[in-house]
Amino acid sequence: MADGGDRPLLRVRGLTKRYGLRLGCLDVGFDLWPGEVLGLVGESGSGKTTVLNCLSGRIGATAGVAEYGMGDGTVVDVLRLAEPARRRLFRVEWGIVYQNPRDGLRMGVSAGANVGERLMAVGARHYGRIRGEATDWLRQVEIAPDRIDDLPETFSGGMLQRLQIARNLVTRPRLVLMDEPTGGLDMSVQARLLDLLRGLVADLGLAAIIVTHDLAVARLLAHRLVVMRAGETVESGLTDQVLDDPQHAYTQLLVSSVLPP
Amino acid sequence: MSDRAAIEVRDLEKTFTLHVQGGVRLPVLRRVSLAVCPGECVVLTDPSGSGKSTLLRAVYGNYVAQAGRILVRHGARMVDIAGAEPRLVLEVRRQSLGYVSQFLRVIPRVPAVDVVAEPLRSLGTPRAEAVERARRMLERLGIPERLWSLSPVTFSGGEQQRVNIARVFAVDYPILLLDEPTASLDSASRVAVVELIREARRRGAAILGTVHDADIRAAVATRVLTLASAEAA
Repeated sequence: MADGGDRPLLRVRGLTKRYGLRLGCLDVGFDLWPGEVLGLVGESGSGKTTVLNCLSGRIGATAGVAEYGMGDGTVVDVLRLAEPARRRLFRVEWGIVYQNPRDGLRMGVSAGANVGERLMAVGARHYGRIRGEATDWLRQVEIAPDRIDDLPETFSGGMLQRLQIARNLVTRPRLVLMDEPTGGLDMSVQARLLDLLRGLVADLGLAAIIVTHDLAVARLLAHRLVVMRAGETVESGLTDQVLDDPQHAYTQLLVSSVLPP
Repeated sequence: MSDRAAIEVRDLEKTFTLHVQGGVRLPVLRRVSLAVCPGECVVLTDPSGSGKSTLLRAVYGNYVAQAGRILVRHGARMVDIAGAEPRLVLEVRRQSLGYVSQFLRVIPRVPAVDVVAEPLRSLGTPRAEAVERARRMLERLGIPERLWSLSPVTFSGGEQQRVNIARVFAVDYPILLLDEPTASLDSASRVAVVELIREARRRGAAILGTVHDADIRAAVATRVLTLASAEAA
């Protein structure tokens, strides 16, 4: 974990989302420091993806603040960003990796273009350099460079997910949101992806928020965990402490329900 | 207690409440107090199941203390692990605390030499130097060179344990927590581990651990202690 400054990168307080009478999440709060990976864990329906969607602006929060310290030193509340500012944030500072890579990729253009167009969006113009960097990123996510001109349609599920990761990381974001990044992949593909993510996060000093229901994934990737149930935080702390000595009845149930391989 | 102590535990209490099993409460540590100074190797000698590993895990911040203080020297100051923010605990672990657990948590696909070099890398040691130190440590612990580039997933229990030991001893941590470091090792490896512990002591590390084997205990301990004697009357 890289040393961050003396201020959290993201400070979330009182984050609440109501869908009419139904509760999405209630009064969620946490700090995320530079270089830190935070895991949001809980069963389906616990509200963890709702938290992520509020932060990404995919859905509007009902209440709360999420103060993010931009690279230029200004602080913005990402829950109240106007659309152009939000788009700029995702172009320059944040990345988002969806569970279904088809949500994060453009399926109609080549693998190389999927990576390269992100660079062009932040101002890169030199074709050779863009192609060179795209090739380099495909190699980093273990996609053979000779697939650069192929359409994503021709890729396997694991390759698509790795391509989505390359598309997100090529612009060196400071914070990446990931929603079940290994969901839907078979175990051997998962292990490869996890190892890759683990290395990239450490090497780039990325901060990340990872939503997962898989506690093994959380243990491998996250420094800290927030455990959610029915929209609320039941427990948070160091990853190994939460998993090895869970305090809350619900966390104990989650941990004890995992079948050993 | 001494103001030189590198570990100072005061009135530590730890009770497990098993919510999933009808809320059974298991008190394990009852007001335990102890101190370990630099250059000391304090070995706990209670029988299995009496809470020695629990104490080590609490000092590492892996288990939550219900009451008491767990002061650990971190640079020029003492940090209370029992109340510290997760971020500070990670920082204390990275720089000041080495912990040899009884099991290696294997990461798929990462070669043994990188597993061993990782803590050094996290301290900013350049890759080449970290790998060089990792290789030397694996060599001292008798892991054959042909295994260094493989993931420890397929290693035997004793080999995994030696990777675990190498990972911690490759860094000169000022404080070491050792939970049965020699339990699953053959005699040649045990000799190597005894030598590593003695070297650490000589350079001034404060060591707290558990060792069942009486000969090894005699070879490394500067003081033995029971949890029973460390509990408040």
